[in-house]
Amino acid sequence: MKLIKQSGLIIFLAGLTFFIATVFTGSFNTTQTELDTFIKEKGYKSEIIKDELSKAIVTEDNLNIFEFSSGVINAIETSNNHYDALIAKFDAAKNWDEKGKQFQYKIFGKPHSISFELAKRSGKGFAADNTGLAWFLTFGLGIIGALLFIVPDVILLGKPGIKNDGIFLNAATNRGWIGWFTFIFLVTFYILLYFYPDFIVNWVYLVDPISKSLSGNPAGQWFLYGYLYCVVMTVMAVRMYIKYRHNKYQILRTTSVLFFQIVFAFLIPEILVRFEKPWYDFKNAFPLDYDFFFKWNLDELLASGGFGLFILVWGVVLTIVVVPVMVYFFGKRWYCSWVCGCGGLAETLGDPYRQNSSKTLLSWRAERIIIHSVLVFVLVMTGFALYTFFSGADTVLGIKTQTIQDIYGFLIGAIFAGVIGTGFYPIFGNRVWCRFGCPLAAYLGFIQRFKSRFRITTNGGQCISCGNCSTYCEQGIDVRSYAQKGENIVRSSCVGCGVCSAVCPRGVLKLENGPEDGRINPTEILLGNDVDLMDLVNQK
Amino acid sequence: MKHIVIIGNGISGVTAARHIRKNSDNKITIVSAETKYFFSRTALMYVYMGHMKFEHTQPYENWFWKKNRIELREGFVSKVDTDKKELEFKDSSTLSYDQLIIATGSKPNKFGWPGQDLDGTLGMYHKQDLEKLEKYAPDNKTCKRAVIVGGGLIGIELAEMLRSRKIPVTFLVREDSFWNGVLPAQESEMINKHIKEHHIDLRLSTNLKEIKSDENGRVKSIIIEETGEEIPCNVVGLTAGVTPNIDLLKESGIELGRGVKVNRFLETNIKDIYAIGDCAEQHEAIGQRRNIEAVWYTGRMMGETLAQTICNNKTAYKPGHWFNSAKFLDIEYQTYGWVFSEKGKQENEAYFQWQHPTENKCITISFDKNTNNFLGINTFGIRMRHEIFDKWLTENKSIEHVLEFLADANFDPEFFKLHEAEILAKFNNENNTNIQLKKKSWKRIFAKV
Repeated sequence: MKLIKQSGLIIFLAGLTFFIATVFTGSFNTTQTELDTFIKEKGYKSEIIKDELSKAIVTEDNLNIFEFSSGVINAIETSNNHYDALIAKFDAAKNWDEKGKQFQYKIFGKPHSISFELAKRSGKGFAADNTGLAWFLTFGLGIIGALLFIVPDVILLGKPGIKNDGIFLNAATNRGWIGWFTFIFLVTFYILLYFYPDFIVNWVYLVDPISKSLSGNPAGQWFLYGYLYCVVMTVMAVRMYIKYRHNKYQILRTTSVLFFQIVFAFLIPEILVRFEKPWYDFKNAFPLDYDFFFKWNLDELLASGGFGLFILVWGVVLTIVVVPVMVYFFGKRWYCSWVCGCGGLAETLGDPYRQNSSKTLLSWRAERIIIHSVLVFVLVMTGFALYTFFSGADTVLGIKTQTIQDIYGFLIGAIFAGVIGTGFYPIFGNRVWCRFGCPLAAYLGFIQRFKSRFRITTNGGQCISCGNCSTYCEQGIDVRSYAQKGENIVRSSCVGCGVCSAVCPRGVLKLENGPEDGRINPTEILLGNDVDLMDLVNQK
Repeated sequence: MKHIVIIGNGISGVTAARHIRKNSDNKITIVSAETKYFFSRTALMYVYMGHMKFEHTQPYENWFWKKNRIELREGFVSKVDTDKKELEFKDSSTLSYDQLIIATGSKPNKFGWPGQDLDGTLGMYHKQDLEKLEKYAPDNKTCKRAVIVGGGLIGIELAEMLRSRKIPVTFLVREDSFWNGVLPAQESEMINKHIKEHHIDLRLSTNLKEIKSDENGRVKSIIIEETGEEIPCNVVGLTAGVTPNIDLLKESGIELGRGVKVNRFLETNIKDIYAIGDCAEQHEAIGQRRNIEAVWYTGRMMGETLAQTICNNKTAYKPGHWFNSAKFLDIEYQTYGWVFSEKGKQENEAYFQWQHPTENKCITISFDKNTNNFLGINTFGIRMRHEIFDKWLTENKSIEHVLEFLADANFDPEFFKLHEAEILAKFNNENNTNIQLKKKSWKRIFAKV
């Protein structure tokens, strides 16, 4: 068994190595005809861009992706600089007419995205031409290796039950060197995905056939991400099934997040595209889905007829009705740890890191300030977006709506939710985004704290203060501090993952939905002592 | 403003300190030689097993003590001068008090076995024991085998700890079945089996004769009393119960028995000196409890109670219905009320027992043969609600009532398989009754006594 596990690890690392190496493979160049077609499609009016791009990428040389990318980006920069200089010149000459005309020649859009599009069409080589084999050597070996590493645990972990043996003695899970390497890898991955998609165009080739069979379109970086997300979650769900095989709550919860990720976040949106409908994830509620009310999205929905209208109504109803009603009955867990995609990754890939979340009072304070700031930010931004949509004005109070949206998209959407939110799993625990950043979680938390039937019940005076619950709480709740007071836990941040209850060696904690009366029960003296004394002290 | 000094920073002493602070402005000093900050003794095992780091066992952050004006003094008290109201420390420094709370806890029993103090012998009670274990048994290369002497709760925890690092363990248990002085045979037998499933070499009806030393004064092997068999080992865990840790009080004039003698108000024979927790010994036992209760929960309760007395609300220690819990490897155990083993059962006590055919789950309900009154329950592998059983005990409910409403008491996580129907069917079958199971009702669960 140990041997199988070790060979699994070796195979997985081989897959990972091939995956990383793939980035550096392939050759990129294009022909004049292809380039002309591209420029026509894009509708670039710049007189310079064509020549500049031709010089850079129409060549017999086999450029690697980095040379290709810098060629494209330099071309765009040269072109834009040329027109910026003209703009400055006409500005100085106070020639407003000419100045205004120059703007149409500028090339907008993210240079690395334009470079990605060009590269995607012009690549040749291992990933682009031997996609099947390349997929097997990367994804395939990764999946097989990981499963070989995980499955022997059925035997190696011994009898079903909580087996956290050695978690804090292991460099992967106690912020040791493996943890730090994982952190570097994840952060790098997210930075490439969000900001340098052209660099990872080879990875996108790997999933092209899958994308074509689903939506009919070639893959983009987000399809790659969605596919990778599903693969990682599926493999790590197997780990969850083995680890918590004695715990039906965990098994059902894992199955549920996996289902919603694969079906609602991956398959349905791709199939919608095949039927020429807008790409939409039906479970992704605003304000987590922060661009739902952006003008471009509303325009797209309204342009796609009845179905678009249905999506629009559903999105609004989901946030305003479905979410709060469900939170009232079941707590925010129905979403955060049963449905949500971010939660799904946190509960599968992130589970080995849950013990690294900070439990200090300081982090709790920081968490409340940060998460509610993000909620305010997203609401203000949405206000701007809707105002812009209805009034047609680009600015509100002198601030450009687009600027606010760009800042949010960059800071919160990319850096916080992606780079920090997942990249920091091995360092700050697996729910960094959910705990500190997610505006939807803040909204759900409000309802959970003040108007819900959900609580984690503490079993009378049975707590022995051991601290397993606090240690394994991914949201950094100091569960023990409540349990040792015999108090139910009602905290807005609790996502109801149920692990505190699972790791409790004395059966002290139970997640339940019960009457609101008696849900919050502050106690000083616990059950087990003199009844009169309990009454006397607890009534104070 | 009085100066309250507490010797011992375990759960009893710290609970007392916290509650004194809640209710008064007194100066509080906690003295400990073991650690600076309070930690959870119950979690020591998890540190060795790698479930937690030591700092995770500390229920309060380090700033807590200053913020709440609870002074911490590290030092070993060697003498209590009750006339001068002064403590003397090993380093000859002193500390005076107005009121003294003795909460020194326990130390592992040693029964005069030859070699019981060799290097490589340890209890599993103090943080220092954990450090010793980390030194002598860091892995199964350094420690080829460990022998554990004494089959109680700490013994089985120590066995589980060592097994988590794949160290071979021989477990010597005096009784002919694990913990059967406390557990009914059904449960004891289940735990025997479970211990063996975990590849622990369980030796029942076996006593230690001596521990042999190598040339460096380290444990080399042990000899078994009954067979004379020699078992080579590098670590010997002494877990044959605990005894009050009161050597420092020998000359103090404080009345001592096995522990510090206290009355119902936890007062010793000397004014302004109190004792709580493992080291306190009641003159007369409370109800069916023992005079010395070396139990975590009762230590906490004594701390809660004494704090009231210190803060001018003189309160007798009146623990409510007995309850306890443990975990035997993978099997959780809870008990409410009194269930005695076959050995300790009274004439009028009878069992109703149910066991799951395949899983490690079983219950024993103890009831009065003559009145059918419910007396207590042992539950293994099924979590039960403390409040509900506490209420049923207070209201003197019958066993029929308990079974009829058993669904209210279940505390297992959502979606877990429920067994109330099978349990009830067995009872109906055995007693020719026709009790119908009632569905769980929140109203009843929340109803106050």
